[in-house]
Amino acid sequence: MSSNSDSNDVLVRIRDLHFSRGDRKIFNGVDLDIHRGKVTAIMGPSGTGKTTLLKLIGGQLKPDQGSIQVNGLEVPRLKLSKLYELRKRIGMLFQSGALLTDINVFDNVAFPIREHTNMPPAMVRDMVLMKLESVGLRNARDLMPSELSGGMARRVALARAIALDPMMILYDEPFTGQDPISMGVLVQLIRLLNDALGLTSVVVSHDVQETATIADDIYVLSEGKVVGHGTPQQLAETDSDWVKQFMQGLADGPVPFHYPGTQYADDLLAGSEQGGVA
Amino acid sequence: MHNSKTVEVIVGLFVALGLAALFMLAMKVSNLSTFSGDDGYVITARFENIGGLKVRSPVTVAGVRVGRISNIGFDNTTYEAVVSMNISGDYNTLPTDTSASIFTAGLLGEQYVALEPGGDEKYLQQGGEVRLTQSAIVLEQVIGQFLYSQAEGGGDAK
Amino acid sequence: MIGTIRKLGRWGLGGFERLGRGHIFLFHVLMGIPSVIVRFGLLVQQMLSVGVLSLLIIVVSGLFVGMVLGLQGYNTLVDFGAEQSLGVVVALSLVRELGPVVASLLFAGRAGSALTAEIGLMKSTEQLSGMEMMAVDPVKRVIAPRFLAGFISLPLLATIFSAVGVIGGYFVGVGLLGVDDGAFWSQMQAKVDFSEDIMNGVIKSIVFGFVVTWIAVFEGYDCIPTSEGVSRATTRTVVHSALAILSLDFVLTALMFGNI
Ligand SMILES: Nc1ncnc2c1ncn2[C@@H]1O[C@H](COP(=O)(O)OP(=O)(O)O)[C@@H](O)[C@H]1O
Ligand SMILES: [Mg+2]
Repeated sequence: MSSNSDSNDVLVRIRDLHFSRGDRKIFNGVDLDIHRGKVTAIMGPSGTGKTTLLKLIGGQLKPDQGSIQVNGLEVPRLKLSKLYELRKRIGMLFQSGALLTDINVFDNVAFPIREHTNMPPAMVRDMVLMKLESVGLRNARDLMPSELSGGMARRVALARAIALDPMMILYDEPFTGQDPISMGVLVQLIRLLNDALGLTSVVVSHDVQETATIADDIYVLSEGKVVGHGTPQQLAETDSDWVKQFMQGLADGPVPFHYPGTQYADDLLAGSEQGGVA
Repeated sequence: MHNSKTVEVIVGLFVALGLAALFMLAMKVSNLSTFSGDDGYVITARFENIGGLKVRSPVTVAGVRVGRISNIGFDNTTYEAVVSMNISGDYNTLPTDTSASIFTAGLLGEQYVALEPGGDEKYLQQGGEVRLTQSAIVLEQVIGQFLYSQAEGGGDAK
Repeated sequence: MIGTIRKLGRWGLGGFERLGRGHIFLFHVLMGIPSVIVRFGLLVQQMLSVGVLSLLIIVVSGLFVGMVLGLQGYNTLVDFGAEQSLGVVVALSLVRELGPVVASLLFAGRAGSALTAEIGLMKSTEQLSGMEMMAVDPVKRVIAPRFLAGFISLPLLATIFSAVGVIGGYFVGVGLLGVDDGAFWSQMQAKVDFSEDIMNGVIKSIVFGFVVTWIAVFEGYDCIPTSEGVSRATTRTVVHSALAILSLDFVLTALMFGNI
């Protein structure tokens, strides 16, 4: 990895990150850099802590050890007011969309604008319609979140995430559970918005194909460590078993198919012993 | 859903209804309308025995309620109960030789103080004292006396 | 044996930890109250769903409780020839005890459980987390208005309950059973004191409103964000609120009316 020469270019810098939930280590010394203006993908099997990583970047969780810098600010040490200032400049797209279910699409997109600015209603309206237009849902503004399909809900959430013109957007599994068409729409939107608005995008995903088409830079996480890093091209040609298994979707390999524990034979034996006793 | 104007009106009505209920409780259910106790004056009386008299028990003249007991104390030297009565300002012509008795409303009813006006020309003032008092009739004592006299009467008859 | 004691210990520690979290949470909520007062619309919106929508059950229950009191009170009093005191019995039972207590129990079941479920679902669908990431404090934006709305609504509801109950008692006593109209009201007015009885009842309902709403919003905010977690939290709100109301009622009654 190249050294500090490009430090201005790095928006998020994570060094030696350690984090655990209870006894379970989720991150065990993670280093990664997210460059300005690029789409960076963070990939890994379910449960590796991708969502957790986004929450750490957003300051919702605090690391046990290590440093997380966003735009030069050390996130875990920020005071709450400063953290909120920073969050206004970060949009986050939750796995579920996280739309407010008691208000309609328009009000959802207007929510951060109304909370953080004193714009007159007419201007709020213009801004909201502009954001909705950019995700193609201007005419869905009167629908309630419960009336939206999964893909539409995510696009509304995307419009909301860009409502305050952030510098960075974090996408948590944007493609999961989408039909091929809405998947294609989302893939395009992420790339388009990133380039049109001059954003920095972080896409967390386990959908290898889709992510590879838009990412400039990919990190592969497994068991609390970065196991692979590079452009999609570089990763496709890697000779690491880990990365190969993941990128090519092989069922078994270094990542075992079975949840670790006792041997199958032992379990069966234990069962028959119990049966004998009873 | 509802627009915000309608919501405001509905909530306003709700709050008004709550306050109206409080107003009804104050005026129709409680004594706030009849007697507030602030505009009255306080007189005291000493009794040998007040029986079951309590703070807030009524004070009447000729059966009309004129005030209520505001405090019950005890005099450590004379061993008497000192009863303070808050009399409504409307009844400010009680003569200084008024007498006070403790009666029971009905057989099992609560006890109250009945004032009997005298003939003096001067009126009781704030802090004045009623000198003529008659203690409460304690039911057990009355029954005891009755049984005693019955027993005596029975003895005579024999 | 040791295992049981350990389990008991862990259970106790867990309880204390929750209690501590609940108090810290309450502190945050109270810190958020000024921002609610600034944004009055949020409060009004919540008063609608917390207060106004509980009105129907409160009015209907109050009416029936008052009617039952009239009937039972009459049957007891008439044996002593004291049915004139029916108004006193009905009014005192309502303003001192039944108004605040029953209204609070109904409120916990109607509005408290709804608050818990709503907040719990917002948590489990990441709406609260989402707000945090949009730099909006969910305690200020979501919890504080609901807390304040509940705290204001319950005393109003309890007062309405008592007033409607008195009318119900009047309807049965005077309308159906033939108690004298004048005696009903005059005896009531003679015996019910505004500051001693009515205001103490109002104070009770203010205390209950505070505690029930606190329990409801905390259970929602602190729930395990799954459907099972939300359903458990909702049950806990109703159970804990009922226990809190009844035990606090004893303490408050002892302080206000008792000679303990
Ligand atoms: N609130 C939580 N409490 C305890 N463990 C959690 C919590 N959230 C997530 N985890 C655990 O942390 C691990 C990483 O979770 P997550 O970041 O959601 O994974 P991913 O998004 O990569 O699928 C999972 O194994 C999960 O069990
Ligand atoms: Mg995840």
